[in-house]
Amino acid sequence: MPSSSPINAPHSMAPPTDDPRWRLVDTTMRHYGYAPNALIETLRIVQESFGYLDAIAMKYIARSLRMPLSKVYGVVTFYGLFRLKPPGEHTCTVCLGTACYIKGAKNLLDAVKLCTGLLLGQTSADNKISLLSCRCFGACGIAPAAILDGQVIGNLNSSEMEKHIRKWTVSK
Amino acid sequence: MNANNLNNSKAQTIRSNDDLLLCAEREKDRQAQYKQNLFVCMGTACQSCGSTEVLKALSSRIKDLGLEKDYLISPGGCQGNCSQAPLVSVHPQNVLYQNISPQNTNDIIGSLKGSPIKELSCDNQSSFFARQTRIVTEYRGLLNPERIEDYIAVGGFSSLLKVLTQMSPSQVIQEITCSGLRGRGGAGYPTGLKWSTVAKANDSQKYVICNADEGDPGAFMNRNVLEDYPYKILEGMTIAGYAVGANQGYVYVRAEYDVAVKRVENAIKNMQRLALLGNSIGNTSFNFNLEVRVGGGAFVCGEETALIASIEGGRALPSPRPPYPAESGLWGHPTLINNVETYGHIAPIIRNGSQWFANIGTQKSKGTKTFALSGCIKNTGLVEVALGTTLREMIFDIGGGVPEGRKFKAVQTGGPAGGCIPESQLDASIDYESLKSLGSFMGSGGMIVMDDSSCMVDVAKYFMQFCAAESCGKCIPCRVGTVHIYDLLNKITKGEASLEDLSQLESLCDVVQNTSLCGLGQGAPNPVLSTLHFFKDEYIAHIVDHICPAGACGPKGQDLRRPACVL
Amino acid sequence: MRVVTLTINDQLLSGRDDETILQVAKAHNIQIPTLCQLDGLSTWGGCRLCLVHIHGSDKLSPACVTKVTEGMVVETESERLNKYRHTIVEMLYTEGNHICSVCVSNNNCELQSTAQNLGIDHISLPYLYPSRTVDASHERFVFDPNRCILCTRCVRVCDEIEGAHTWDVAGRGINSHLITDLNEAWGESTSCTSCGKCVEVCPTGSLYEKGKAGGEMVKHAEFLTYIEEMRKNHK
Repeated sequence: MPSSSPINAPHSMAPPTDDPRWRLVDTTMRHYGYAPNALIETLRIVQESFGYLDAIAMKYIARSLRMPLSKVYGVVTFYGLFRLKPPGEHTCTVCLGTACYIKGAKNLLDAVKLCTGLLLGQTSADNKISLLSCRCFGACGIAPAAILDGQVIGNLNSSEMEKHIRKWTVSK
Repeated sequence: MNANNLNNSKAQTIRSNDDLLLCAEREKDRQAQYKQNLFVCMGTACQSCGSTEVLKALSSRIKDLGLEKDYLISPGGCQGNCSQAPLVSVHPQNVLYQNISPQNTNDIIGSLKGSPIKELSCDNQSSFFARQTRIVTEYRGLLNPERIEDYIAVGGFSSLLKVLTQMSPSQVIQEITCSGLRGRGGAGYPTGLKWSTVAKANDSQKYVICNADEGDPGAFMNRNVLEDYPYKILEGMTIAGYAVGANQGYVYVRAEYDVAVKRVENAIKNMQRLALLGNSIGNTSFNFNLEVRVGGGAFVCGEETALIASIEGGRALPSPRPPYPAESGLWGHPTLINNVETYGHIAPIIRNGSQWFANIGTQKSKGTKTFALSGCIKNTGLVEVALGTTLREMIFDIGGGVPEGRKFKAVQTGGPAGGCIPESQLDASIDYESLKSLGSFMGSGGMIVMDDSSCMVDVAKYFMQFCAAESCGKCIPCRVGTVHIYDLLNKITKGEASLEDLSQLESLCDVVQNTSLCGLGQGAPNPVLSTLHFFKDEYIAHIVDHICPAGACGPKGQDLRRPACVL
Repeated sequence: MRVVTLTINDQLLSGRDDETILQVAKAHNIQIPTLCQLDGLSTWGGCRLCLVHIHGSDKLSPACVTKVTEGMVVETESERLNKYRHTIVEMLYTEGNHICSVCVSNNNCELQSTAQNLGIDHISLPYLYPSRTVDASHERFVFDPNRCILCTRCVRVCDEIEGAHTWDVAGRGINSHLITDLNEAWGESTSCTSCGKCVEVCPTGSLYEKGKAGGEMVKHAEFLTYIEEMRKNHK
């Protein structure tokens, strides 16, 4: 690990690339005064900006916050929110909360599996679709629900789910 | 700043009760200019059913007709009956329209002058609405959650200014103690006692935290309350800060609740703008600030020591208590942690007095509680009832019972640490002690109704899988024990288990319940224990007869061990 | 600091009020099983083997973190506690792949001796048989995750005593596992100083010196208390 940066001026560290998105990341860390409690928020901003967290990003954050690498990796893998790989072009997040489960969330998963072959947590080989689950996003009143590309859709059944997924698999 | 120059000043601030009253009057005048106020529900359910389009259509149509001065269209909070989404309410006409689409725009606007449209309106006097008692969800759907003025117009922040100018911190704690309010996160610890412990701690730095990491699957009360009443929660937190001597607070919200995060951030900004947060609040020496912390999606963060570890930026691992956060919490300083709903009760208690609050509810469980009613029930949605209401009233009067042709089987309360309550126990009252005696738990307020198509072993398995996946991994019984329990339940649902497996299951539940480090592990066996208590025959049917009576684990009546037909 | 008197297993004892039940018990030769606790490191409270019964409390308390108080009455042994400890150790055996006969720490293993002291002669829970890869990339040491019980002694000694923080735990629940740096091979680690402290404090054969054969690895964790003393004297 390069030790060239002065220990008291972590903010003088240059971002991994000149991608403007790193500016937002730097702003976040500065807002927290480069304190250790900036870690989760910074990771969240990186993921929001870049879609996932790679080794370059984790190393940059670890050095900027003067934190051990293993600690950063431990935090990233602890929280369900963080991804180490880029997500597919489209994401389908099926809610597995109790209300959705009772009302047939399993069938929704089966429907996605039927038309894409994807199992929970997988991304298709062409990187088009990711199938994710969520422990409950609080849409129990309209269970079973799913989030398709950021849009909450409630009262789903398998055939509707299939229709939505087919739109992604067919469209260019 | 006095009332006179407030009118002209660009940066209006609220430094006194007079300032507050003036602001409320001006807002009331503004609203009175309009003949009718329309609120389009922007809750999760309504939005997913297209309420954004409804809001757009109504606004643009009103504009086209040049009626902006007569009718005010606002995004509103959740109305509660999510099964009829999207909803639009009209005031003072006092109508609630259900299942609205942009096509209904013209009809609705046309009816604003005359009488309401019968076919579209929802009976807002039905028992779903009439049986509720509202404290936290007061002014349901009639407040624009984005605007601080809306909240001030209905008496918002009067409690904060009252506390700051007329009460000492110990008087505030006294008032909360007398009200009998108990923690709404589930365990029911007396709120006044918690506050006084933090107040007594000897440290110049203290913190206040709002636990909005609603983790129970099948529960959305905190989401709803935070989205619709952000100012009420923040007012409660600020009062708590004054009472315990803290100058900094954090609202810890799940990342999935993006709307709630935005609304709370917006609310903090507005409070800062009016000087209701910051230095010298209400021209007193009280300084208080708030920040949002977004959680990374770990159920264990509901455990207060884990939540603190998460705010500090680390893995959310719970630590043994004592020391309790009240003595040594965030960064080692005394910390008050309460649930969203607990803070939601504070301003109303201060405003109406502890006696008023203590008159609602039962002997030991005072006040009201919000519940997220869902599952196999007609009226799904968010309801607030006085504690002591029976489960039967809740499910059949308010919830409208299970849909036609199905039979009620059980109601699950308390999330993954709760239990399933059968028909025979439905006359039990909803309060902390009674639910506990039924092997369940108040929890944060999820209430999921199951009909005869749900298998109780399968439900227990569902919760165990959840707990195993959400276990932080720090202590052995929870990390490994939940996996073994899940495996045994899985074996039972496949019809492959023996009666010895059943006794091993019971023994493992005992170990995990009594040796786990935190509430997650200690509560994890509850769904198994409660279904074993009330529905043991279903377990036996899977083990001895190898069938699933509900038809959930395999086709009804078919031997579970037979491989599924490939055709 | 105050001296308090308390009762452990019907014996009247005295201790300082800043001591834990475990410390007072140890000082009086009362054995309470532990796996994650180690003198000289911060307490963890994760193994749950040291749970004891305190009169007047309906919950069991971990002896490693619970401070003694005046008049406290403690039971460290009972049929119930024994059952719990028995099951917890069994859980550890099923969670990893522990095969004592080929282990470098055979006969010098804290997990093994704990099981023996509890009288465990067979495992009644089903084995989970996880698939875990051994990391032998370090030039002097080997990490065999099959024998790891996640006591985090290595994580703590590396962070608190050596100050390198090479080790940490990644994942959660049953998927928790030890990592070095960003889950990279130990031998490639840029933060590891190869001091070997983690190896010495590891209670099982999970961390060991290269070249040791079955039963040859003997650990010495006493250095911790010396370091603690030295650092205190320097202040």
